[in-house]
Amino acid sequence: MDFLKHLYEGPGILTFLIAFPLLGALAAWLVGDRSARATALVVGIVELLVSVPLFFTFDPTGTCPQSVIGRQNEGLPFAFSQLTVPFQNCTDAPWFADWGIHFRIGLDGISLFMVLLTTLLLPLMVLGSWTYIRDRQRTFYAMLLALTAGVVGVFVALDMFVFYVFWELVLIPMYFLIGVWGGKERVYAAVKFFLYTAAGSLLMLVAILYVYFRVHSVTGMSSFSYFDFMNPLAAFSAREEALLFLAFALAFAVKVPIFPFHTWLPHAHVQAPTAGSVILAGVLLKMGTYGFIRFAVPFFPDAAHAPGAVKWAMVLGVIGIIYAAMVAAVQPNAKKLVAYTSVAHLGFVILGIFAYNLIGLQGALMVMIGHGLSTPMLFFLLGMLYERRHSYEIEDFGGLAASIPVFATMLVFAAMASIGLPGTSGFVSEFLVLLGTFKTHPYVALLASTGVIFAAYYMLPMVQKVAFNALRSPANRDIPDLDRRELAILLPLVVLILWIGIYPKPFLDRMEPAALRLLATQSTRLAPPMQPMGDVAAAAPNP
Amino acid sequence: MQQIPLEQALGLSALLFAIGAFGVVIRRNAIILFMCIELMLNAVNLAFVAFSPRSGVQGQVFVFFVIAVAAAEAAVGLAIIISVFRHKESVDIKNFSLLRW
Amino acid sequence: MLLLQEAAVHATSAAAGQAGESFAAFAPWLILALPLLGFVLNGLLSITAARRALPALPPVGDPHWDAHHEPSEQEHHAHGDDAHPAAHADDHGAHGHDAHGHGPKPATHTLPSFIAPGVLIAAFAVAVVNFLRMLAAHPETAWVHEYWSWMPVNDPTGALRVGAAIQLDQLSMLMTLVITGVGSLIHVFSVGYMKEDPGYPRYMAYLNLFVFFMLTLVLGASYPLMFVGWEGVGLCSYLLIGFWFKERANADAGKKAFIVNRIGDFGFLIAMFLLFANLGTLNFAEVMERAPAQMAFGGAVVTAVCLFFFLGAAGKSAQIPLYVWLPDAMAGPTPVSALIHAATMVTAGVYLVARSATLFTMAPVASLVVALVGTATAIFAASIGLKQWDIKKILAYSTVSQLGFMFAAVGMGAYVAGVFHLMTHAFFKACLFLGSGAVIHAMHEALHHTHSDMDAQDVRNMGGLRRYLPVTFWTMGIATLAIAGVPPFAGFFSKDEITGAAWDGAHGQLPLAAGLAKVGIDGTLWFGLIWGALSIAAFMTAFYMGRMMIYTFFGQNRTGEEERKHLHEGSWTLTLPLVVLALASTFGGFLNVEREVPIVRWFDFGQGEALHRWLHPVLAGADQVAEANGIAGAAVEPSAVPIAVAILLGLGGLALAWTMLSRRALRTAAEEPAYANGVERVLYHKYYVDELYDRVVVRTVGWLSRLQAGFDRYVVDGLVDFGGKMSEWLGVALGRFQTGQVNTYAFAILIGVTLVLYAFVHT
Repeated sequence: MDFLKHLYEGPGILTFLIAFPLLGALAAWLVGDRSARATALVVGIVELLVSVPLFFTFDPTGTCPQSVIGRQNEGLPFAFSQLTVPFQNCTDAPWFADWGIHFRIGLDGISLFMVLLTTLLLPLMVLGSWTYIRDRQRTFYAMLLALTAGVVGVFVALDMFVFYVFWELVLIPMYFLIGVWGGKERVYAAVKFFLYTAAGSLLMLVAILYVYFRVHSVTGMSSFSYFDFMNPLAAFSAREEALLFLAFALAFAVKVPIFPFHTWLPHAHVQAPTAGSVILAGVLLKMGTYGFIRFAVPFFPDAAHAPGAVKWAMVLGVIGIIYAAMVAAVQPNAKKLVAYTSVAHLGFVILGIFAYNLIGLQGALMVMIGHGLSTPMLFFLLGMLYERRHSYEIEDFGGLAASIPVFATMLVFAAMASIGLPGTSGFVSEFLVLLGTFKTHPYVALLASTGVIFAAYYMLPMVQKVAFNALRSPANRDIPDLDRRELAILLPLVVLILWIGIYPKPFLDRMEPAALRLLATQSTRLAPPMQPMGDVAAAAPNP
Repeated sequence: MQQIPLEQALGLSALLFAIGAFGVVIRRNAIILFMCIELMLNAVNLAFVAFSPRSGVQGQVFVFFVIAVAAAEAAVGLAIIISVFRHKESVDIKNFSLLRW
Repeated sequence: MLLLQEAAVHATSAAAGQAGESFAAFAPWLILALPLLGFVLNGLLSITAARRALPALPPVGDPHWDAHHEPSEQEHHAHGDDAHPAAHADDHGAHGHDAHGHGPKPATHTLPSFIAPGVLIAAFAVAVVNFLRMLAAHPETAWVHEYWSWMPVNDPTGALRVGAAIQLDQLSMLMTLVITGVGSLIHVFSVGYMKEDPGYPRYMAYLNLFVFFMLTLVLGASYPLMFVGWEGVGLCSYLLIGFWFKERANADAGKKAFIVNRIGDFGFLIAMFLLFANLGTLNFAEVMERAPAQMAFGGAVVTAVCLFFFLGAAGKSAQIPLYVWLPDAMAGPTPVSALIHAATMVTAGVYLVARSATLFTMAPVASLVVALVGTATAIFAASIGLKQWDIKKILAYSTVSQLGFMFAAVGMGAYVAGVFHLMTHAFFKACLFLGSGAVIHAMHEALHHTHSDMDAQDVRNMGGLRRYLPVTFWTMGIATLAIAGVPPFAGFFSKDEITGAAWDGAHGQLPLAAGLAKVGIDGTLWFGLIWGALSIAAFMTAFYMGRMMIYTFFGQNRTGEEERKHLHEGSWTLTLPLVVLALASTFGGFLNVEREVPIVRWFDFGQGEALHRWLHPVLAGADQVAEANGIAGAAVEPSAVPIAVAILLGLGGLALAWTMLSRRALRTAAEEPAYANGVERVLYHKYYVDELYDRVVVRTVGWLSRLQAGFDRYVVDGLVDFGGKMSEWLGVALGRFQTGQVNTYAFAILIGVTLVLYAFVHT
């Protein structure tokens, strides 16, 4: 027990969560096609089991000493200026130390759930690919595990260089997952996904370097530390800040994706294999919103709080909700439909983030979790259907509730969770987002609330055409219902969706301090008082 | 012993270089092209040697490097030309555009 | 229900003596947990049943596999001696033989018969225990208990605290009794009605789940929790309307109900946001406490809140303009129509308004809108009901119309009258629907013997059934008298209270009239209009109900010789609930007899107005608001006029139906000519509202969606692809400079070097 306690209080655990899937990827590749999936499953389960205690040992106040993660106290905004930073399990290992690049990672209430979501989906994805993937299995599972490692890295990185490396690292396995194991137009979809998101990221790299050199020039120290990037001495002019914010925002907006940068998503989803769709919808999209919450907004609060920026974010969020819902409603391809619903759901996250109050932000974080459960569930179900019928076309189905009732039950459940029926995670999260948004932007919330109508408008016809109506086609008749493996994939998701819907308090409690702190950081950093040059020199520590 | 004036040495070097460059631009036979390149390299070598009484031994050292590189280049280049010739029965560089676009 | 009456009388005496005694609820969570338990058990049984049926898949191409479909309901529910199980579209399709009446039924199809009604009756018992305790204590404040904290957010600018909490007060108690009481009867009826259906366990699971959500709706202590039930019952309604999902029309009807309800839910959400933004809380007790202080009487905010709530109520309770889903919802099994689409779920909107009485009292304009919309719905739906042939459609429009009455009542501030009518309506309309279920059941069974393809729900095909279905006839007859407003049946008292309120309002004696005067509106004219319209609607109600009864039970039997032999009453599970509900329809009205009114005083056995006194603590807040704003109603001058008119209209409607129809030889659907008269045709086609909505809303949205999908594909994505293509073209264009000729490259290098050297020399 002491060992465990030590493990979960110490820094090694996060490194393990990143390194273990990478080693697992190597192992899966080495053991060959025949046992790759079993290896991947073992790796996934171990990863999940190791990560779960984090939920219980989580300490929202944070335990990392300042010295571990940042290099200075003085320059930090109020909320971070205590002796400890509100993160735990921090590591700070010099990497390219001369340039201030350290392997800095840590966990707070926001990254906690993203990490847990990733590690939860990993074994489920392996199970979901169990019979789906038949070619080049060892490469597939190696890619999947490497992807997971990258995603975990993105969510725990506290060094902008490390963050950027992981951010781009995620693209490569995903590119291959779509491009090699995808559908007919997989190469087109994969290239589009890669180029679109990579192009967005490049501007962010420029912005990161800009901030880095600015911090270097005012404080004389080289650091890519997340905390040093918020050094108030590095005051930017309004124009600089707006451009930097835009550079970050663009990278994240493509990833989220926010309308009108969303068109890579339907292609990627439709072409990707089930596991690819699951991780794409489940966590990859959240990297974008996570970026907004963690980086773009706290780094550049003035620009992010500017009425123009907020207005645009709100407008694009609402457009995403309504427009994507309407586009989804007429898609003949079930996977494409679900892909568009992701755009709509992520629109809620954007609203919640830019409402700039705790209810909205908590709601946004809850949408990120809830959507990470319900949409993967839908993709798993569609994948199971595809294995039976080799089609995603809605018109090919009908009456499945008669031939595969358990599947139909699960489909209805997932659909209801997706459209936010109370009692599921979708309701709690969207309700909080809309409530928070309403406090600051009532008309936006009014429009966004029509999303509940549109959600029913796109989802119910799909459910009806797939699960209900007459069982016309003989092909839909002689298909087996879900087996144990498939139930093992779905039931954890069902349980979690209901848990969050009925008792979200453990989740809200863990996120709250982190969310509050981010809001406080913004408000203390907002419009910093102009400091005379002499003070700057005095305040800057000399390394 | 009488020194050759610098001007004459450099003039010869420039002349050789110009002949080489001109040949590279207008000739199409790969072998001749190659010889022109060698001519340019040796023009440079001549310039290096001509300068060495004034500016030290570095120029002469550099000449050895150039000769070494030229030898390597000749080895690789001639090998390529021979292998292309086996395919095309020609050393006309008009035919050597496989990597275009 | 007599118990209720008697108990209510006790309540007043108890309240007089020991007003302060504390009320200790008896495990109210059990009321919720029992139906949920039933859902879980029945759900597991249904999955077991469904899975067990699967391996026996007949080969593809089996002539039975594609069940043939008939549009009407009775085609689907199975029969004990049914020789053609394959004809029943269900989740088992043709291979559910073991689930049918041949030989012993598997446990999955027998256990639900005990579980489903069992949990309901147990829940009812718990509710009764609590009711008796409440009766003894007569608490002035609501009993609220938070079981766990649901959505806590400690926002410094206004914390959100929503707990999973139960609120037990007189209003939720009454609703709970109605839901579990009527619900138990309908569950018992369902056993008789549905037990041969291959999807029986699934049906019972849905029904239990519905009751759970309905109870959540009325027992929740906050608006969000109410919303949980609100959407939950919508889900169950969706599932149950589409229960026979293989018939596309049924699935469509379920979908329509859900989407239309979601429009209402949107209103509910916005109202909650407004409340939270202005009051900082969503718990009932705190809202009612803070609202009078923090929102201006008649102000824009409170009016908006009430109007958005009413949008929600209009969706759930099928009011104009969102009523269109309810008639279609008759695609579900008939007990479902009785439970969800008559007795309980559709009255949720009335409950919402009554629950928010304080708010509505503060918003006279919104209240007037509610009353007017309710009145319009009442007369509009009643007029459609005049010309329908399908027995369930008649009852459906009757339900919409009666809900209009309730909204007229709560809109006028007569909350007790609205709740009273809600309760009596639950009795008589459930009785009518279950009766119609018994009729359809008998008809279908008879028609099935001869393989007739007559429509078993068309009243023209019935006739003279009183000889074959005496119990059904008498019970439905009583319910008809009740709905028509014939004294002393239940509907008379409750409907009379509503029209009486309108009459009082027309004389300026309602608080709302004073409230409207305060915001500069002369309400008396409107109230007069409401009274007139409601009276006409009541007359129509009596007429179409009389017409339905005459077509169904009187005159010559029109089913045909062969079928006639097979017409008979169902088992006790079908008749017992009918009898109980008929009794409730007979005596339920005595619960709230107005003492002041001369004619009806005769019917009062107790102190009168028991319901008024029972609900008083719940409505105290509204009364305080009225008093604080000086709009408390003047002493009502008792008047015999509205009562006399009501009795005359009720009897007159029935009499008119009798004189117009019974002497004429009634004809079957096949013989009956189509409506030739323009007005009749418009009424038969429901004013073409569905068609209008289809053209204006459904197609527009569909067209817009397709437009946007095209925009997304060709413009948004097109631009992205164009960006990609541009780089490609640029590459190709620049590639032209790469001739592949070494000479060219050398020349370019030469020029480049020259330029560099030139620049180098010159700087």
